[in-house]
Amino acid sequence: MTERLAVRKTYKLWIGGAFVRSESGRYDEADGVNFPRASRKDVRDAVAAARQAATPWAARTAYNRGQILYRAAEALESRAATMGVPRDEVEAAVDVLLHYAGWTDKLHAVLGGVNPVAAPFLSFSLPEPTGVAGIVAPDAPPLLGLVAELAPTLAAGNVAVAILSETDPLPGLDLAEALGVSDVPAGVVNLLSGRRQELATALGAHRDLNAIVDAAGDPSLATELDKLAAETIKRVRHDDPASTYEDATDDALDRLEAVTELKTAWHPVGA
Amino acid sequence: MTPSVETRTSIVWDYAPAPESADHIRLKDRYGLFIDGDFKDPADRRYVPTINPATEEPIAEVAYGGPVDVTAAVQSARAAHPKWAALRDLERAKYLFRIARLIQERARELAVVETIDGGKPLRESRDVDIPLAAAHFFYYAGWADKLVYGFPTHPAREVRPLGVVGQIVPWNFPLLMAAWKLAPALACGNVAILKPAETTPLTALLLAEICQEAELPPGVVTILPGDGSTGASLVRAPGIDKVAFTGSTAVGRDIQAALAGRDTRLTLELGGKSANIVFEDAALDQAVEGIVNGIFFNQGHVCCAGSRLLIQESVRDEVIAKLWQRMRRLRVGDPLDKNTDVGAINSAEQLSRIEALVAAGEDEGATRRSIECELPERGYWFAPTLFTDVSPAHRIAVEEIFGPVVSVLTFRTQAEAIEKANNSRYGLAAGIWTDKGSKAFEVASALKAGVVWQNTYNHFDPTAAFGGYKESGFGREGGPAGLRPYLEIVT
Repeated sequence: MTERLAVRKTYKLWIGGAFVRSESGRYDEADGVNFPRASRKDVRDAVAAARQAATPWAARTAYNRGQILYRAAEALESRAATMGVPRDEVEAAVDVLLHYAGWTDKLHAVLGGVNPVAAPFLSFSLPEPTGVAGIVAPDAPPLLGLVAELAPTLAAGNVAVAILSETDPLPGLDLAEALGVSDVPAGVVNLLSGRRQELATALGAHRDLNAIVDAAGDPSLATELDKLAAETIKRVRHDDPASTYEDATDDALDRLEAVTELKTAWHPVGA
Repeated sequence: MTPSVETRTSIVWDYAPAPESADHIRLKDRYGLFIDGDFKDPADRRYVPTINPATEEPIAEVAYGGPVDVTAAVQSARAAHPKWAALRDLERAKYLFRIARLIQERARELAVVETIDGGKPLRESRDVDIPLAAAHFFYYAGWADKLVYGFPTHPAREVRPLGVVGQIVPWNFPLLMAAWKLAPALACGNVAILKPAETTPLTALLLAEICQEAELPPGVVTILPGDGSTGASLVRAPGIDKVAFTGSTAVGRDIQAALAGRDTRLTLELGGKSANIVFEDAALDQAVEGIVNGIFFNQGHVCCAGSRLLIQESVRDEVIAKLWQRMRRLRVGDPLDKNTDVGAINSAEQLSRIEALVAAGEDEGATRRSIECELPERGYWFAPTLFTDVSPAHRIAVEEIFGPVVSVLTFRTQAEAIEKANNSRYGLAAGIWTDKGSKAFEVASALKAGVVWQNTYNHFDPTAAFGGYKESGFGREGGPAGLRPYLEIVT
């Protein structure tokens, strides 16, 4: 019997729920595999897709969003062997997803509440998603680092455009496939591989982005992102560059708050 | 047929002048910088008079802090921080309670000074600014020894103050904004350097006296009057751990960019172009009162002013007719008169900004109506103004005017109202006028705004978070959320 020739995977970007090559036609290579080198136009397409998905995602019930994140954890666990990272890292990423799946309907109790105002009103403050968040994932750990930044963003009701690890983008592109077969709606997560400097600055400069979560650990990029963010008063969180994501859920509330707005509503009480 | 609005309100009662006496006000001729518990001359001896915008008369001379003074202020604050942060929480609370009480005790004096320095009607400084400032200190005083209950902690987590905070406040609610900034910062164990606005430094300087009266340890509160350059050196000064700014989006953007790459925390409370939405099922007379309060309160110098009035088409003519009738009854003039509704514009500079945007509104084809009223000869004044035939692209529908000018837009459906309301780079506040509860809740949740008022407008409370979405800034003031920017949670 002749030896079977393997069917290779063509790695693609994940934008608006579709697996696509970079519009630029460019590619890079890692571990003998070609993968797309996304362009600034891909970043713009991804932000546009995310914006379209933002309102319907935020409008889902907290329970439903929690179940979708749980389903994503299931999908990831079942593909543990194919993610291209050690099993431990996949398991840690699954646990992070589970942790945040349970946050979707707890955030209101922790951050919000009824305000005992000195006037006849029912006044309450409640958390709402900031909107579209840009994520600059760390180089390592390539899967856990990405999931630890993505999960709180989604749990708080945001949609995301993430720039994957530059040195090891394949696990991130594999994650797209796991999320693609779970119930995450199209456009809620968009994943781009390529050169970080080029993509992160295009993302930071985008005027329709509400927040940036920067976990690249590069001080000069961090400064540049801060300056770009100031243009449209984006919310910025820089992750600790020393983070190994071993305790990726210890600062869950800080991560959730970084992409959360608090809305105060006043309704009259009385006739 | 119901009688026309004109018939029902045809009797106009005039009011006799009712000026609040200013005899009891004892202001000094000159105020220095409040550093290290004492008033000090600025390094370059620069003093600039602060002007009463209703008369253009100087009130007192006020020091301008320069870079050397900023350095001295930060040094004094840094030195004061360890002791203040180590104080027993309840003792820290007691100082803040003292300040709250002293503000209440000196409320009349503070109200008059606020009014002569800034031009706002005494009715507002007396009934809103000063009582709310005291309430903020009282509210956050109570938090000082309860911080661990305010944040979900973990055996391995504790809350800690940040250190020295630099705070810059605007001229529209001078003492109230100082209270919003100082009270939570101090309650959390930080020390603060506050820069009051260039045109309205006096009540912050009286607050410095109150800090002395309260025997607050030197260096815990520093008041550094000055202009934009003082603020610019303060936010850039080494040794500042956190900056809190309330003011324009343009300056906020500069501050955010200036802090790029630095470990200094930042919260911003910036501009707005808030939508006030009137549905056809609203109680229209009540709505008209709310519209007036939403835009003419404090001459429209309010970041959350309801400056974009969205009226459902079916009631457009009726609401505009009622609004115009109501506007014509507004009393514009002497801010110290207890019957005055609309006082003086805060400064000549602000007046020219309002005039320029109003001229742009006319040039772009909107229809302008300003009420006819006798304006005093001296001082800075602008008659309450209503723009109709406004398109969403007009500058008066997009840019913050920060004056007594309302732009009317219309909508047909609820979905259109939401879309128009959210069509702004700002997202500070919004108003909804409807008698249907479920509709109000649905619209409130769809609006991208930090504060949503239903059947009311411009209500504030120390227990309720305030702050914006999008380019209206980030971070919240008020309520438990208002503590968060002044603490770090250490694991």
